[in-house]
Amino acid sequence: MAISREEVLHVAKLARFELAEGELEKLTADLGKILEAIGVVSELDLADVAPTSHPLDLVDVSAEDEPHACLPLDAVFANAPAEEAHQFRVPAWEQ
Amino acid sequence: MGAVVDTLRLTAEDAKGLLERGELSGAELLGAYREAIDARDGELHCFVRTLDEPEGEGVPIALKDVISTKGVETTAGSRILAGYVPPFDSTVAARVKAAGLPLLGKTNTDEFAMGSSTENSAYGPSRNPWDPERVPGGSGGGSSAAVTAGMAPWALGSDTGGSIKQPSALCGNVGLRPTYGTVSRYGVVAFASSLDQVGPVAKSVRDVALLYSILAGRDPCDSTTVELPQPVRLPEDDSLAGMRIGVPTELNDAEGIEPGVKDAVEKAIALAEGLGAEVGECSLPRAVRYGMPCYYLIAPAEASSNLARYDGVRYGPRVDGASYQELVGRTRDKGFGDETKRRIMLGTYALSAGYYDAFYGQAQRVRTLLIEEHRQAFECFDVLACATSPTVAFRIGERAADPLSMYLSDVLTIPSCLAGLPGLSIPCGLSEGLPVGLQLIGPQFGENALFRVGHALEQAIGFDTVPTRWRA
Repeated sequence: MAISREEVLHVAKLARFELAEGELEKLTADLGKILEAIGVVSELDLADVAPTSHPLDLVDVSAEDEPHACLPLDAVFANAPAEEAHQFRVPAWEQ
Repeated sequence: MGAVVDTLRLTAEDAKGLLERGELSGAELLGAYREAIDARDGELHCFVRTLDEPEGEGVPIALKDVISTKGVETTAGSRILAGYVPPFDSTVAARVKAAGLPLLGKTNTDEFAMGSSTENSAYGPSRNPWDPERVPGGSGGGSSAAVTAGMAPWALGSDTGGSIKQPSALCGNVGLRPTYGTVSRYGVVAFASSLDQVGPVAKSVRDVALLYSILAGRDPCDSTTVELPQPVRLPEDDSLAGMRIGVPTELNDAEGIEPGVKDAVEKAIALAEGLGAEVGECSLPRAVRYGMPCYYLIAPAEASSNLARYDGVRYGPRVDGASYQELVGRTRDKGFGDETKRRIMLGTYALSAGYYDAFYGQAQRVRTLLIEEHRQAFECFDVLACATSPTVAFRIGERAADPLSMYLSDVLTIPSCLAGLPGLSIPCGLSEGLPVGLQLIGPQFGENALFRVGHALEQAIGFDTVPTRWRA
């Protein structure tokens, strides 16, 4: 099951990668081989089988709505590459 | 002062005894491990960083670098988290801290725990203590090799499709992937959230059980955790009378299992029979053919979503751009390594419009079948047994250029991970001078049965965990 160059470009956009020179060809070839190997799942007829998203039978639990201490803002922003007055600074969105 | 203890042989339980009887101080014990790190980590590169003055008077521990540690850099083997210092402790780090275990350091891992060799680490590969030309397995190769090399008495790894069990097999020690939901994932760098589990690595089954008892149990910060239905029992019994051990045909006859591995595993299973276990064949018909493909749809799909958070905005290095989109695209392109990118791309594709049902939806249905066939096997057996890894440790570089051959390293560990089941790897012999791992798989919350079988076999096998090149 091959994947086309155009599809890889589209997926890269969805995954927010700006692929460097030469990466596109290698990714197209690698993904093609991997998809061929894992595509065997399609040979099973599973129309009547329910999907599993999670291996435990869990039910939602509720907690009391009590305020807890939060991390101090200085600690939260300590790792920020660019910060201004406790806000993350980024360039403008390109329209 | 020279080394007061031989850290290559000392178990965590023995170390705990020395401390409790006052025969050794916490500082002396810590000093012995730090000397071992100074002596051997230059060759093996198990640690990405060590701590100068760790706190705690108990038995020291090393943590895989996907586990957030407050005030200690945590990078998950990735450039995109270089310099990231967590402002909080993960629950597992908090629990080992509360138990008084000093943190020796953070151990190397494939980037975001994606790999079977540690070669995908942005900080260079770790090496196998038995043969430094070979990989220690992965992704938790740093933790596993550190334990075998006596640089830590025990350590934590994380396992999504085999990242604790497979390195333990390749390094000749004991590793537990716990039942999904028994150990908190809060503060653990997420790879695939429906599969990720933190677990212990050590030199003996009893050490692994002891460390598991410190970690396990419900955490209000992780809504997928549960209380253990029964407390952890440290195994003592040498007899396996009354235990029923199933040998899944497909997993034991899978293509690619080396003859030396098959031989060691068969001998261990025969030993179990000699200890009184009832041994019989069983079947997991779809586990080998569909397990790996199912995993490589589900895990990358979840990863593509989890790793969307790395964008150079709130933490980690940033590559600037003229617009927000350019900044994010460049940061992600420079920050992630090849394998992580492949998996994000694969997962994004499997979740994209037009392919979701055929790939991700179909894989979720295969997962249901795998859970069901394991459930049927456990109607007749208490524990299932097969090899952990189809091969012994392979050479550095041997599989790095071929993603699929790397993925097949985990063909035997993946099926039970998808089913959410616990698995224990114990060393069961040598093949070509390198350790072979026996994988014991239990039903949900079946850790105590795994400890019992693992401990009894460990005594009967008498495997020497010290690499041959270091034996006096």
